[in-house]
Amino acid sequence: MASLGEIIRNSQIWKSVFRHPAPLDRRNRVVVMLTNFFLHLHPVSVKKQGIALSYTWCMGGVTFFLFLVETITGVLLMFYYRPTLEWAYHDILDLRDVTSLGILREIHRWGAHAMVITVWLHMYRVFLTGSYKPPREFNWVVGVILLLLTLLLSFTGYLLPWDQLAIWAITVGSNMARATPILGNEGPGQQLLSIGSIDMITNASDARFALLGARFVGEETLNRFYILHCIAIPLVVAFLLAIHFWRVRKDGGISGPL
Amino acid sequence: MHGFDPSFEARSAEFLGFFYLALALMNATASLYLWQAGKDKIKVWFNLGGVAFTNVLGWLSLSMLCVILAAAAMGGIPPKLPGWFIRNANAALTGNPGAIVYTLATTALLIIAYYWRRFFVKPVVAWTLFNASLLLMGLAMTNRPFWEIVAKPDNVPIVALVFLLGFFTWLATYKSVTNDDRAVEGLPPLEKDDDEKVLVWPDLVYTELICMIAITALLLIWAILLKAPLEEPASAVKTPNPSKAPWYFLGLQEMLVYYDPWMAGVVLPSLVIVGLMAIPYLDFNKKGNGYYTISQRRFAYIIFQVGFLELWVTLIVLGTFLRGPNWNFFGPFEEWDAHKVLVLNNIDLSQILWNDIFGTSVPTVTSDMGTFDSLLVVLKREWLGLLSVALYFIVLPPLLATTVFRKFFIKMGFVRYMTMVTLLLFMASLPIKMALRWAFNLKYIVAIPEFFFNI
Ligand code: HEM
Repeated sequence: MASLGEIIRNSQIWKSVFRHPAPLDRRNRVVVMLTNFFLHLHPVSVKKQGIALSYTWCMGGVTFFLFLVETITGVLLMFYYRPTLEWAYHDILDLRDVTSLGILREIHRWGAHAMVITVWLHMYRVFLTGSYKPPREFNWVVGVILLLLTLLLSFTGYLLPWDQLAIWAITVGSNMARATPILGNEGPGQQLLSIGSIDMITNASDARFALLGARFVGEETLNRFYILHCIAIPLVVAFLLAIHFWRVRKDGGISGPL
Repeated sequence: MHGFDPSFEARSAEFLGFFYLALALMNATASLYLWQAGKDKIKVWFNLGGVAFTNVLGWLSLSMLCVILAAAAMGGIPPKLPGWFIRNANAALTGNPGAIVYTLATTALLIIAYYWRRFFVKPVVAWTLFNASLLLMGLAMTNRPFWEIVAKPDNVPIVALVFLLGFFTWLATYKSVTNDDRAVEGLPPLEKDDDEKVLVWPDLVYTELICMIAITALLLIWAILLKAPLEEPASAVKTPNPSKAPWYFLGLQEMLVYYDPWMAGVVLPSLVIVGLMAIPYLDFNKKGNGYYTISQRRFAYIIFQVGFLELWVTLIVLGTFLRGPNWNFFGPFEEWDAHKVLVLNNIDLSQILWNDIFGTSVPTVTSDMGTFDSLLVVLKREWLGLLSVALYFIVLPPLLATTVFRKFFIKMGFVRYMTMVTLLLFMASLPIKMALRWAFNLKYIVAIPEFFFNI
């Protein structure tokens, strides 16, 4: 008699979803890597050293997993959160006190902190194994941009609870933009951009204004940071991640001694 | 921070109970591992009436000690740091000199760790230090000011970061030292031995799955134990003191002590990013690609560690734990007093030049001057500062190219060499400005507030 597992695996439905038999023997373990959408990101076989935990620390993988966790919990949080001065703080309060899945906020916040840490550790590992050396130079550059975007994701998200911690951290952080050379209202060379005696760079037209959408952290800022945090930056990150992973493969897989 | 909190002792004791239990478990596991792996005979420390006291028994006794500590903590009497320790640590690390002591001490520690790395990578040494730092932290957690900063939910990740960095630096150094020793004997790096190919399913896919489950579990536990912070609703008129940026930017905020915002907030961070991206194109050393090593790429290694561990992570730790109200420096066990006033008499280089050396008053720009006239006054006033900065960035590179960086210059060519040296000079400018501030109270080398141009 066929076991339940076999019945399921032989059913038309199962076969239509998974285009290969169970990966129990060598041949099918190769086939599964080639025919499964999620697994085809990987090669079929790798050097043992390349997947040793003590070599990669699995930090790139963990960072990617945390990015997925953040995406999922983030989407769920968006169901509960309205980015307006009237509601933002209250919605967070409700997540804490009323919403049954309020723990989502904790997972999302600690996941974000953890992602910042793991992306640094990943960079640290890549540096210490010299994995940025040819042919992987460009993937390192992509990585640096990903690192920057990870920090920006975290930074823009910091504002959304709209409590004292949030707006003052963002105020301190974004005050720096005021001092951008040439483009900041209080930056060196600010006088260079003027027509006659009319200053082009004022506190209502400088780099900080572009960031905040206003002269101080307010409703426009909340809107801007919300869109950056939930849509713009994640899209760019997803795009760059695709390139990053593709390049890991095309550059010859995880690095190793030549 | 908000007056006396009677529940603090209870909360700290409860936490410490679990903390010491975890420590006990950790050491018990370690001795079990050593015993099972047959590594207990390596060193017989001494003989006690015929019973050999080995490393296994050593760690087991530490484990017992931790159980006793846990019991004490759960009973509400966790052992505390001695008073003299707290007093001395606070005295050494308070006020403006605190920043100097902290920076010199962390630098010295990093240098010692690097120089004697062969000693520190020994598992028994590393494990001892790890235990010591955890025990010290346990003792310190009974101190209220320390507890309030370290146990703040948003600061917990930084504690985690410090321990994780410690662990991974140890791991990488351990492997590097092994590989470097092998290289001396003419053997390939350890990584080379493992270049047999394995199938991704199951070897890698299962590892990934286990990692995912572990991370999920960790996040869930973290989320249950620690509530995400939520303070009072935002108010544009009530400025908290201190106002801090998110922790990963606190290194930049700390640079504001030494630099104007246009440098600390815009130019230097941009150069950090550019500099990181430039690394693969500047490092022409072909060795050390795909395995851990230190001695085969010493220069790149040291520069990166100075930048990452010293100038980035150490400054973040400083900015988070030791900077209090008004961005004053506080000892780790010191109450954050918002009324503490620290006198700062910082002066600009032009003031030193005109007041102290020439004995006259500093030339000033008056409001009736045109742009050109004020520019002339500024140039006259700031010539020494402008000259030093120019010398630093224009004269030093060729000077270095003919001396210490000779080989680099020949190998790299003009453009690559200039890029590297300029980036290095910018990096070095931070410790230089710190030292100038501490030694001479020097605020700006070039001070042109008229054009928002202060260096
Ligand atoms: C969102 C951030 C990032 C994600 C999700 C990510 C993910 C990954 C993954 C999964 C790998 C495969 C090997 C491994 O796990 O170590 C990898 C490799 C690599 N990453 Fe990243 N990464 C990120 C950021 C970075 C950063 C910041 C850098 C460097 C500055 C970087 C540079 C590289 C390089 C050079 C490789 C190839 C390493 C090798 O072949 O040994 N990545 N990345």
